[in-house]
Amino acid sequence: MRRISYAAAIVEALRFSLATDPNVSLVGSYVLGLGPKRALMDAIRAEFPDRLHDPPTSEAALVSLGAGAAMAGARPFVDIGTGSFSYVGWSPLVNEAAVARYMSGGKLRVPVVYHMLHGLRGGGAAQHSHSPQAMLWNAAGLEIVLPSSPYDVKGLLRSAIKSDNPTVFINHARLMDIEGDVPEEDYAIPFGKADIKRAGRDVTIVATSFVVHAALAAAQELAAEGIEAEVLDPRTLVPFDRVTLLDSVRRTGRLVIADETNLSCGVAAEVAAIVAEDGFEFLRAPIMRVTRPDVPTPFSKPLEDAITPTAGKIAAAVRRVSAS
Amino acid sequence: MGGRSQMSASVTTATLGRETSLSLFERMLAMRHFEEAVIRLYNDGRFVSHYHVYIGQEATGAGVLETLGDEDRICTTHRNHGHIVGRGSDPGRALAEILGRASGFNGGRSGTLHLCDPARGFLSTSGIVGGCAGLATGAAYGIKVRREPHVAVGFFGDGALEEGLVLESFNLAALWKLPVVYVCENNSAGAVGPQQGGYPTAVTAVESFTELPAAYGIHTIKVDGADMAAVYSASRDAVQRCRAGNGPVFIEAVTLRWPGSSPLWPEQATTFDLDQAWNPELIAGPHADWVRGHDPLLRAASEIVAQQFATPDQLKARDRAVRERIAAAAAFAIESPLPAAESAFSDVFA
Repeated sequence: MRRISYAAAIVEALRFSLATDPNVSLVGSYVLGLGPKRALMDAIRAEFPDRLHDPPTSEAALVSLGAGAAMAGARPFVDIGTGSFSYVGWSPLVNEAAVARYMSGGKLRVPVVYHMLHGLRGGGAAQHSHSPQAMLWNAAGLEIVLPSSPYDVKGLLRSAIKSDNPTVFINHARLMDIEGDVPEEDYAIPFGKADIKRAGRDVTIVATSFVVHAALAAAQELAAEGIEAEVLDPRTLVPFDRVTLLDSVRRTGRLVIADETNLSCGVAAEVAAIVAEDGFEFLRAPIMRVTRPDVPTPFSKPLEDAITPTAGKIAAAVRRVSAS
Repeated sequence: MGGRSQMSASVTTATLGRETSLSLFERMLAMRHFEEAVIRLYNDGRFVSHYHVYIGQEATGAGVLETLGDEDRICTTHRNHGHIVGRGSDPGRALAEILGRASGFNGGRSGTLHLCDPARGFLSTSGIVGGCAGLATGAAYGIKVRREPHVAVGFFGDGALEEGLVLESFNLAALWKLPVVYVCENNSAGAVGPQQGGYPTAVTAVESFTELPAAYGIHTIKVDGADMAAVYSASRDAVQRCRAGNGPVFIEAVTLRWPGSSPLWPEQATTFDLDQAWNPELIAGPHADWVRGHDPLLRAASEIVAQQFATPDQLKARDRAVRERIAAAAAFAIESPLPAAESAFSDVFA
């Protein structure tokens, strides 16, 4: 199959979305970050000039505008840029977009996509490295998508734009250059379907977004030691695929969760709680979490490395749960 | 009430006098050589991050900083290096911070984006667009509550005026007559909108940025941000108004963006050469037009020489001394150790 970059796969999904639905528009064209990859957007800019609007730096107004436009029948894709900036637009995100359908008694639809780049990017320091997905998971009413591969990002973005719900679509700056097999044709991946990125019998590693790649590297390292790790990527946090998770843990009996959100009340905490409640009898060892610790993100490389969930830390956690 | 919208330039280099002119120039030299060092260090792979330099805006920072006292508070942004170094903070510890070293001002936590020297009155350095306007307003509120004779200065770019926080801060500062000077460094002259600038800077519907604070009754002054005397005059006026209890002032300092500043990773085609101030035929390279017409350092140098406050040789001696100081600072930063990994976990709480 054809191999393309994660960034190119995003652009293909945006292009299909714009071409097939005249209600779709893009607010912001820096979806791919500000690196050289953003030139990939030029084709969309040329093809759909009246449906691509570069806004001022006004996150609160843009989040609100996206919600309002969606309530009025449009399907806007609103780029927030770095996830840290989503906090500027937090009130319309959690007070408007997330709750409008519920508050209206199911009468309103809010088919907006909010796009952001999350995570430890190398030198982003404390205001350009956030992973807001755990906080957003805690605000009922938002679909949350975390694609980790070029194939997934194309199919999940098509579903996000087709979704009638407010969807937070979260990419990672370090994923943009990753290449993978992507069909040329249009396709959609349904939400709420986890993907087993690597099958294994001994331990389940749940990993999200860029950390999926660290988990796969850890699994390869562990295979050399005779430990076969299964790497499970939930792909969407909301809806969350409990069935595939519990099925995996039933087979392996061991669970390590690796994720870039902070330890406390983070993504890993919620995944652990699901298994503790509904899969306790499958567990042969305590659950372990490999996450960002509860500190703001430092700039300096050794400090950032110290708080990054890496393949080495994941492998160490797997060895610990495998020993019991 | 309301603002003066025309360019203000009641003070010239002639009326600034020798001492102030040379002090301003010294601050500008430190800023320029510091930024050139930062670009070299980045190109040498000494740090990883996007970063922003102050080249072209030196007269603005120098003019404002010259009017401030030791106890005044300053809040700056991701484009902070010039303010920090212009304030007199140790360039070695500043460069060490940018390289993520333990000896940096912030122990390697902040890097370039949040570089901060609280010992010199700096508040937290915010990389969130408009963030510093709210913090500076807060500092002014603190000054007022504590009945201190100080002022707070918030530096921000033209893009900050697209953020609601900044407009809300104007309202608070005007309502409560807070002693805050908002310094809007408009480096988007000729680069408004994403197509024009290649990177979205000012994307706004207002004709003039001063209309926004003026609508709240805030006194506004618009100056040529590459004219050190004009900025100094505007800032001195603003600080006096604040200290007298007359409430906030908004200064718009307009500069033409240095062409190497695109978009987040500066590209340096030429380096600073003071001789170009009196030998314009030396100006060459892809940035020649900007250097010839808009480099605030060359402009200051030629004005200082024209007023006979110093000879070219005297200015060159100062330039050499600053170059050497910055070179020593860079060496110090490079030789400084990286922080211990365990230090990532300290200082989360007091």
